[in-house]
Amino acid sequence: MGKERTRVLVVDDEEIVRESLSGWLMNDGYTLDTAPDGPSALEKLKQDRWSVMLVDLKMPGMDGLQVLEAVKQAQPETAVVIMTAYATVETAVEAMKIGAYDYLVKPFDPEELSLMMVKIVAQQQLIRENVLLRKVLKREYRFRDMLSKSPAMHKIFDLARSAARSQSTVLILGESGTGKELLARAIHAESPRSQAPFVAVSCGALTESLLESELFGHERGAFTGAVARRRGKFEAADGGTIFLDEIGDVSQKLQVDLLRVLEDRRVFRLGGNDAVDVDVRVVAATNRDLKKATDEGAFREDLYYRLNVVPIVLPPLRDRRMDLPLLIDHFLEHLSVEMGKRVDGVSPETLALLMKHDWPGNVRELRNVLERGVVVCQGPHVQPEDVGLVPETARHEPVDATLSLEDVERRHVAGVLHHVGGNVTQAARILDIDRVTLYNKIRKYGLRRADPGAEA
Amino acid sequence: MAAEVSLWWIGANAPDDGMMEDVRRAVERAFWLRARRYVHADRPTHAFDPRRGQHSSTVMLKWLVDRGQPTGRVVAITDVDLFIPVLTYVYGEAQLGGRAAVVSTARLSLDVLAAADPAVRLARAVKETVHELGHTFGLLHCATVRCAMSRSVSLIDVDLTDPALCPPCTALYHEVRRKEGLDG
Repeated sequence: MGKERTRVLVVDDEEIVRESLSGWLMNDGYTLDTAPDGPSALEKLKQDRWSVMLVDLKMPGMDGLQVLEAVKQAQPETAVVIMTAYATVETAVEAMKIGAYDYLVKPFDPEELSLMMVKIVAQQQLIRENVLLRKVLKREYRFRDMLSKSPAMHKIFDLARSAARSQSTVLILGESGTGKELLARAIHAESPRSQAPFVAVSCGALTESLLESELFGHERGAFTGAVARRRGKFEAADGGTIFLDEIGDVSQKLQVDLLRVLEDRRVFRLGGNDAVDVDVRVVAATNRDLKKATDEGAFREDLYYRLNVVPIVLPPLRDRRMDLPLLIDHFLEHLSVEMGKRVDGVSPETLALLMKHDWPGNVRELRNVLERGVVVCQGPHVQPEDVGLVPETARHEPVDATLSLEDVERRHVAGVLHHVGGNVTQAARILDIDRVTLYNKIRKYGLRRADPGAEA
Repeated sequence: MAAEVSLWWIGANAPDDGMMEDVRRAVERAFWLRARRYVHADRPTHAFDPRRGQHSSTVMLKWLVDRGQPTGRVVAITDVDLFIPVLTYVYGEAQLGGRAAVVSTARLSLDVLAAADPAVRLARAVKETVHELGHTFGLLHCATVRCAMSRSVSLIDVDLTDPALCPPCTALYHEVRRKEGLDG
């Protein structure tokens, strides 16, 4: 039953109640402590974790509902049972709304108390088992730093694992933020090259000449400012993996140079005549449609085929929404540690909002949204207003491009009137115009106040 | 501490000698201790709470301990209804790891089974006494349904138990006996 872990705190201003209740529960093997008032209970809450708290409703100073609220903030997993000698439906409903586990009227039936305690212990045991199972599952869902429970992603993980064992060039395609670099790192980590360097180059972030120097290095005096010989990224990645991100943004000239490296496995430093042999596995990535760019002549076909040996397409987050709860859980766990702030999860309303969002920025956007949520949230759960997402309906409100400005105004005025049930004063306030102006508009557009949704 | 248990009838009515003898024998069997009847006219009448119309088992326990006599472990058995402040009733109460316990027979015959067969009430009184006495040896409630130390909050629970300790509780009990020096 797990009673050895069940710690019970009895909070009541009456000593006789504290003693008799703790004595009764101690016989069941629970670990008991008592507190005579709210503040000392909260003090004990800071020192220890409690599985169950039996809290009297009426206590001088801080009442049971205030204690309950504080417990829900500090230790939301604690089951709080409110005890009272004066039962009213209102207080019972209020207690349950705040999050009380149950509500007992003193004196209680011993069978009722016993059953309730057994239920709480069983439920908490299930929660603990659930947490454990989720951890085990998380290991199952993992490919290095990537997490997913979607079968499509697991096919990708399998393909990446196979590719990792080979020497073949891998081309990762996918929208921004889908985890292309993470996958490249995972491939490197799973490959026989894992002990050698992994070098990432963001090809789109540099000018052609800088990227050239960055990739291939330069000899001393190769150009103004080249005061010393410098090894390029290909040389730095020797024996390991080079990750060429945003490969679709590389200039035509560099495409030729890259093709040569891929074919010969040799690089020439800028301003140098001697070839340097490099043993490098290339993983390239882009968010562009490389095939289309090839067809349009913007990307060299021969380089495309050189790169496209093992293509892996990472799906956008909106196509694997089933992963959202898992990813949210994962990010919150990390962010809580990073920020030193305890956050247990997102509220059901927040989860619903996150599930509805389209995630144009994919997993990276999700992480950023959650980071904001963790920073802003006040309680143990991230609330919808904490994540700062604009509701989809507001972002994608359909716009009828055929309407005139007058038509739009007529529709809007009718809509506001409908919203406030025909109340002209309220409607005028929302529209930020005076009532006379609103009356004029109602007359002009032939709107009916009595049934403002319908036009006259 | 003397290696014996005193059983004292402190009820409002005259004792049921047959029941007291059954209890005595069961206690000796379950705990390998000498059990004896203690007889005295004193009654804890001050434990009565007129507001609730019941007797406080906690007040009774305190009275038993403060009184000093009988010495050693004592189980007081009564026919009055008992309560503790937070609960509507209790069948009994004991000092966990202490020397006193109190058992009530008031609710043990409040069902059709006991009405049909007086032996049912006797058996329940025996089991409750063994249960409360077990608490004085520091035994907690046991998850084994048939063990005398199983939590009994209803008459069905009581009926399901045996007037004896299960093997793990027996082992714990012997540990306590060794510590208390009851084995000589």
